[in-house]
Amino acid sequence: MALNIVVCIKQVPDTAELPKIDPAKAMAGDEGVTRVVNPWDEYALEEALRLKEKHGGKVTVLTMGPERAVEALRKAASMGADDAILLDDPAFAGSDAGATAYILAGAIRKLGVYDLILCGKQSVDGDSGQVAPGIARHLHVPQLTFVAKIRALDPTARNITVERLLEEGREVTLAPLPALLSVVKEINEPRYPAFLLIRKAAKLQPPVWGIKELGLDPARVGRQGSATRWSDLRKPPARATQCEIIQGATAAEKAAKLADRLLAEKVI
Amino acid sequence: MNTLVWLEQFRGVARAISWEALGAARHLGGKVVAAILGSGVEKVAQEAIARGADTVYLADDPTLAAYRTDPYVATLKSIVAQAKPDAFLIGATARGRDLAAALAAELDTGLAADCLDLSVDGSGALHATRPVYAGNLLATITFSEKRPQMATLRARAFPAAEADANRPSEIVRVPAALPEDQIGVKVLEFQAEEGKVSLADARIVVSGGRAVRGPEGFALVRELAEVLGGALGASRAAVDAGWIPYAYQVGQTGRTVRPDLYIACGISGAVQHLAGMGSAKVIVAINKDADAPIFKVAKYGIVGDIFEVVPALTAEFKKRLGK
Repeated sequence: MALNIVVCIKQVPDTAELPKIDPAKAMAGDEGVTRVVNPWDEYALEEALRLKEKHGGKVTVLTMGPERAVEALRKAASMGADDAILLDDPAFAGSDAGATAYILAGAIRKLGVYDLILCGKQSVDGDSGQVAPGIARHLHVPQLTFVAKIRALDPTARNITVERLLEEGREVTLAPLPALLSVVKEINEPRYPAFLLIRKAAKLQPPVWGIKELGLDPARVGRQGSATRWSDLRKPPARATQCEIIQGATAAEKAAKLADRLLAEKVI
Repeated sequence: MNTLVWLEQFRGVARAISWEALGAARHLGGKVVAAILGSGVEKVAQEAIARGADTVYLADDPTLAAYRTDPYVATLKSIVAQAKPDAFLIGATARGRDLAAALAAELDTGLAADCLDLSVDGSGALHATRPVYAGNLLATITFSEKRPQMATLRARAFPAAEADANRPSEIVRVPAALPEDQIGVKVLEFQAEEGKVSLADARIVVSGGRAVRGPEGFALVRELAEVLGGALGASRAAVDAGWIPYAYQVGQTGRTVRPDLYIACGISGAVQHLAGMGSAKVIVAINKDADAPIFKVAKYGIVGDIFEVVPALTAEFKKRLGK
């Protein structure tokens, strides 16, 4: 049985540029830095491509964002995604994680046929980890979050067994298909774009679905449809520390001096 | 103000974050309601009373033994319908984040994830401070008129609720909302890492980086962590090199930690690493390179070879701590 896999991706600031982000610019909605595909979403896409190579089928990539987010879809296409759709509508602007999940779920419902939905565990900008479970809730499919490994996928019995990374160890969990997975970094090593696909992907003009195409309730999207609001975006207080370099003739002497300091700090 | 707290338990034992969330709820003022779901978890309910919950909702059922999203969401939904909380606090653990996001969608309400601070104004509106952009910025989250206002709380950001046996309180027993045959997801096994100190809850974290040079080097770092009763961590470089599993990675694409003491052994201090440990109370850097950026955030530094310094520290603390 061929698999229909949907991967939800997000275009985010390049992680190396995150420290440079100006709070005022970010508040206005344009951080003005280089953008990439959210790192965890690349792991989700890679896993989708591997499942497709094993079982056959199709990988469809969705992203919600402004026109510039087409670049994220092109990256996905250059890695091997079959189809890509941009979810863009002025009405979507200012959507929080809850509203974003509602929009993405609407798009997946419109696609109609899906066996698996793959997402990264969170984005590096919003950091909420809320969108993937939200999508699962809206579609009434099981959510398997923090997946570090797919142990087995049985297309006939229509179930999937995964290892989830939790604080105390690994949970081995079975869920019926269709299911939604959010993945962590350990799951794979994403491939580089294929040379032959890069040129094709550069010309990709994905279909754009907005609120009308998706048949969504305007009261549940965008700033007005969001139950949370960001304000007072600011840099965290700077660490007021001056580093004391511990001096000593030998490692043992330095160790003894450091132990004195740490015991005095009462952190040991 | 009426605040509901989900008490997370694993194998019948409440996680430390549960009492931190209860402490945060008490700090907000008003009525504090706790919900404990599990199998054979009445003693957690009793402890919640001692720590100051006014009402504890207890759902004790075999279907709730291990956390699973659907039965927990369904049961908590019925508790929310009874308790009608203004705010709902959940620890920002793996399970807590899984649960809170699903519940927020189910209840069609707002959620602020991974909060570091909470306050409530005169009208009962919650103001939540949370890191965004991988900890490079902070944002204040406010909520629409929808209730409850939900927040997940980062471990070690809120003082735990202390026992206070004199407060009157009650236990309300509620049934599990889903029978087993309506739960599609099955937990087949759990591979616990026994005896390991959880990174998120750790008071002390000792991490190794690129200069550790291999699994043998990590044995030295691990030994220091063990002597200090701390958790072992690693930088991305060490994880990517295959010297230690991803579960130990501290930083932007790994875990975020807030220990009292963080000892970085042979870690240069890339911004992605600093995002995961920058809020530690005291940072110690051990590195050969005196210009490594880690020294800019450290309070104490030793410039030297970790293969000499780390064993010397282990020996010193063994002596000092009488081990």
